[in-house]
Amino acid sequence: MAFLIRTIDFTAAGREIVRDRVIGKTSLTVGRAAECDIHLPDLAVEQRHVRIDTLVDGTLTVAALGTLGFGLDGRVVTEGHIDPRTGGEIALGAARLAIAREGDGRTIITIRQIVPDEGKGDALRGFALASVLPSKRAMSWVFAGAILLLLLAIPVTSHLLRSPAKPDPTGKTPGVVMLDSAWTSGELSLKHHDLEDNCESCHVAAFESVRDETCIGCHKDTGNHAPMPRLAKGAPALTPGDALQWRIAESLGKEGRLGCVSCHSEHEGPVRTQAGSGSFCSDCHNTLDTRLTDTSLANAHDFGKGHPQFRPVYYASFGAAKPVRAAAGTSPVERSGLVFPHDVHMNARGGAARMAVNLRQYGKPLECSDCHALTADKISFKPVKMEDSCEGCHSLVSGRGVGGFTRLRHGDVKDLAEDLARITTGTRRSIGPARQRPGQIGSAAPAYAADFGRPVRAYIGLSNALSAGGLCTECHLPTRGPTGQADLMPVNLPDRFLTSGYFNHEAHRKQECTDCHAADTSKAASDLLIPDLKSCRECHLGATAVKTKKIVPSDCAMCHAYHLPAGQWQPKGPAPHYKPPPLPTKTTVAARVAQAKP
Amino acid sequence: MATKVQGGGKSGGIGRFSQDEKRRDSDHVSFLRHKRFRWLWIALALSCASIAGYLMIDQQPRPNGGTWYGYTLGTIGVGLILWLSLLGVRKRRINPGAWSLKAWTSAHVYLGLSLVVVGTLHTGFQIGWNVHTLAYVLMLLVIATGIYGVVVYATLPASLSANRKEMTRAQMLDALTAIDRQLETAAQPLARAEADLVIAALGQDVFHGGVLARLTGHYPRCATAKALRGMGTASEAEMRVVALLEKRRDQLAQIRGALRIRAALEIWLFVHIPLTIALIAALAAHVVSVFYYW
Repeated sequence: MAFLIRTIDFTAAGREIVRDRVIGKTSLTVGRAAECDIHLPDLAVEQRHVRIDTLVDGTLTVAALGTLGFGLDGRVVTEGHIDPRTGGEIALGAARLAIAREGDGRTIITIRQIVPDEGKGDALRGFALASVLPSKRAMSWVFAGAILLLLLAIPVTSHLLRSPAKPDPTGKTPGVVMLDSAWTSGELSLKHHDLEDNCESCHVAAFESVRDETCIGCHKDTGNHAPMPRLAKGAPALTPGDALQWRIAESLGKEGRLGCVSCHSEHEGPVRTQAGSGSFCSDCHNTLDTRLTDTSLANAHDFGKGHPQFRPVYYASFGAAKPVRAAAGTSPVERSGLVFPHDVHMNARGGAARMAVNLRQYGKPLECSDCHALTADKISFKPVKMEDSCEGCHSLVSGRGVGGFTRLRHGDVKDLAEDLARITTGTRRSIGPARQRPGQIGSAAPAYAADFGRPVRAYIGLSNALSAGGLCTECHLPTRGPTGQADLMPVNLPDRFLTSGYFNHEAHRKQECTDCHAADTSKAASDLLIPDLKSCRECHLGATAVKTKKIVPSDCAMCHAYHLPAGQWQPKGPAPHYKPPPLPTKTTVAARVAQAKP
Repeated sequence: MATKVQGGGKSGGIGRFSQDEKRRDSDHVSFLRHKRFRWLWIALALSCASIAGYLMIDQQPRPNGGTWYGYTLGTIGVGLILWLSLLGVRKRRINPGAWSLKAWTSAHVYLGLSLVVVGTLHTGFQIGWNVHTLAYVLMLLVIATGIYGVVVYATLPASLSANRKEMTRAQMLDALTAIDRQLETAAQPLARAEADLVIAALGQDVFHGGVLARLTGHYPRCATAKALRGMGTASEAEMRVVALLEKRRDQLAQIRGALRIRAALEIWLFVHIPLTIALIAALAAHVVSVFYYW
C-alpha cells in the first residue's frame, strides 16, 4: 500500500507545476511541521494536524491530532472516513487534498492551493428568496402607483377638468368623468338607475355633499312637506348625539336634517326607495302642538292609538264658493244643493228598484256602481253625470222630433229655457190638403206655418219646471236669481272629501260600500256619508299591531304622503311612486283580441 | 440603578434579582404569549365591542360605512392599519424606551387580527366591484398572509435547523464545491457524451430554479439528476463519477431543502409588504373618493 502524493503549484506567470512523489506507508501525517509526510507551509494549519490511516478494506480514516478540526467534503469535523473509490476532499487552510484511487490500486492525494473565496458572502445571498423575486419595494411602488393613478388621479383630474353640464334626467347622457364608477358605494335605486354611469350629474362639485338644488333640478314638481321654517320649528330638538353628528356633517358641507339626502339615502342597491317609517312621522307629529303652537293639525302618532278624527271637506252652505273642513267630532250637514235620498234608490224592494228591473240598462235593483265610477287613481269617484246615471228613470224627454225623441238639455237653466220655448214652436200639421187642385195654383195649404206662440206659454212651462213640485225640483232646490227670476241652487260637491290622506277603493273591493258608507239608511243628501275613524279601525291599527286575518298593521305611509302635492305611495308593484298606478290591463285572450282590432 | 436599589429598602437586592430574572424569563416568551396574551385580550375586547355596537346601535337606513358608527369603525380601522404598517419602521429603530419590539409585534399580530372584525363591520357586508371593496380585500389578503407568516415562524425554524445537520450555509456550498472538484478529476477518463453530462451538472447554478421550484422542491431541469440518469456503470471511472454525482445530488437536496423552508418562511412577506403599501394607497383612494363624491 502506498500513497501517490501529487502537488500542484502555480508559477507567478500562472504556469502549473506538478510534482509527484510516492510514500510507501499505510499511515500519513499532515501538518505544518517539516517532519510530517505531507508538509503544508500554512499558518492556519497545526504543526501536526491530521493523520490518515489505511484500513484493511482499503478505505481511509482521517483524524485530527489536535483540537482543531479539518474540512472533509466541506464539513468541519475532527474525524472522518473516506472511501478512495468514491473519493473525498480534505481542507486544511488554503490547501485542498483530493483523495482518489488510481487504476493500479494506489491512493493518490492531489494537493492544490485555492484562492480564498471572497465572493462567498454574495453566494450566500442565493439562499434568500429575494434572489428569485422582484424586490418588495419595487412591487409596492408598482401596486400603490397603479391604484393611486387609476382609482384616484384619473377620476379626480377628469372631474376637475370637465366642463359641467346640466343633469340629464333621462340618464341617456354618459358621464365624462373617467373611472369614477369604481368609486360607487353601491348600485343606485331603481328610479335613479339610469344615472349609474353619470356620477357627476349628482356629485357636482368636489368635496361637496349632493345639494338640494341638484335634486330639485329634475324633481321640479316635488313640493315641500311644509314651508321650511315651519318644518324646522315643528321638528323636535335633537339628542346631543344627533346634534353633534349634524354639527360635524354641516361643517363638512351637508345641508342639514331638512336636506333631501338626509332622508333619501342612495347607493343602497337596485331597490325602490322605502317609505319613511312611522316613527319618522311621529317624531314631529306626536307632540307637534307643543312646538307649532298655531297649527290646526292635531297630534298623531299611531293609527290605532293616536290619530285624530277625520275632518272631511264639505260645502257647509248652499252655493258656497269654497268647501270647508269639518271640525273634528262633529256631524256636518252637507249643503250640496241636491235632493237625493240614497235610501229610496238603494231599497231593493222600493219603487226605484222596480223601475230599474224593468229598464234594459239595469235589469236589476240599483247598485252603487250604477252611478258611482272610480277615477283612474282608484282613490275618488268621477262626478255623477245626470244624463248617464239619472236620466234612465228621471226622463227629460220633451217630445218627438226628427229621428227620435227630443229632450231637454241638462246642466244650465238657460238651455232649459230655450228647449222649453222650442216645444211650442215646432213644425205643425198643415191645416188644408197638401195637394193643389188642378187649375188652382196655390190652392194647397202651406207646408209650414210658423207660430212662435205667445211668449207667456214658455215662461209658464219654465216656471212650472223650476218651482217647487216641478220637474227640476225632483232633484234640485228651487231658488231665485239675482233679478228675482226662478232659478236652481247650484250643485256643489268636492272632488275629494278626505284631502290629506289617500283611501284606495280598489284595495277595499272585497268590502261592501255600505260597510263604511251608510248610504242605505240615508234619507237626505245633506248626510255626509264619509266614514269615521272608528270604522277604519275595525281593520286598520298602527304599524306595531299584530297582523291577523282581520287586523292590518298600517303605517302612516299607507294613507299619507310626505311631499305635497304628491300621490299615494305604493308599497308593491312597478316603479311609479308618488303617482297614480296605471290602469290594470286586461289579460284575457278576448280582451287582447279586442285591443288588436282597429 | 444603584440608587434605586438603595431606595428600594429591604427588598432592594431581591428586587434587582427578581427584575433580572423576569427579564431573562421574558426573553424566552414568544411574542404570541407576551405579557400573558395582553394584546390578545385587548384585540378581543375591541372585536367584541365592535360587534356589540354593530348589533345594538340602530343604523339608519341600514348599517354601512356611511353611518356614524360606520365612520367610527372606519376611523379605528384606518388608524390601526397605519399603525400596524409602522412595525416596519419600528423594527429598524433600535432605541431605548418602554416599548419593546416584542410588545409591538404582539400587538401587531393581535390587533391585525381584530381588524378583520372592525373592517368587515365597517363594510356593513356591502361588497361590490369598487375601490372600497378593493381596500377591504387587500386588507383581508394582508391579514391572511400575516396569519400564514405567524404560523410558519412558529413551525418552520425547527425544520430549518433539522435540515442543516450542523452545517452552515457556507459549508453546504463548500461541500458542493469539494464534490465538484473531485467530480472534475474523476470525470477525466469519460467519453464525450458522459463528459458533457458532467459539464452540464457542474455548470448549473446551485440556485437554479424559480420561486415555484423553491417552494415545491421540484426541479425538473436539474442537470445533476439528468447526468445521473444518463451515466452508465460500465467502467470503474463511470462508477466513480456516479458515486460522486450521487453525493452531489444529496448535497443539492440538502441545499434545496434549506431553500424550500427558507422560501416558505419568506414568501409571505413578498405578498404582505407590497399589499400593505397597495392597501394604504387603496385606503387613500377610498377615503378621498368618499369625501370627494360626498
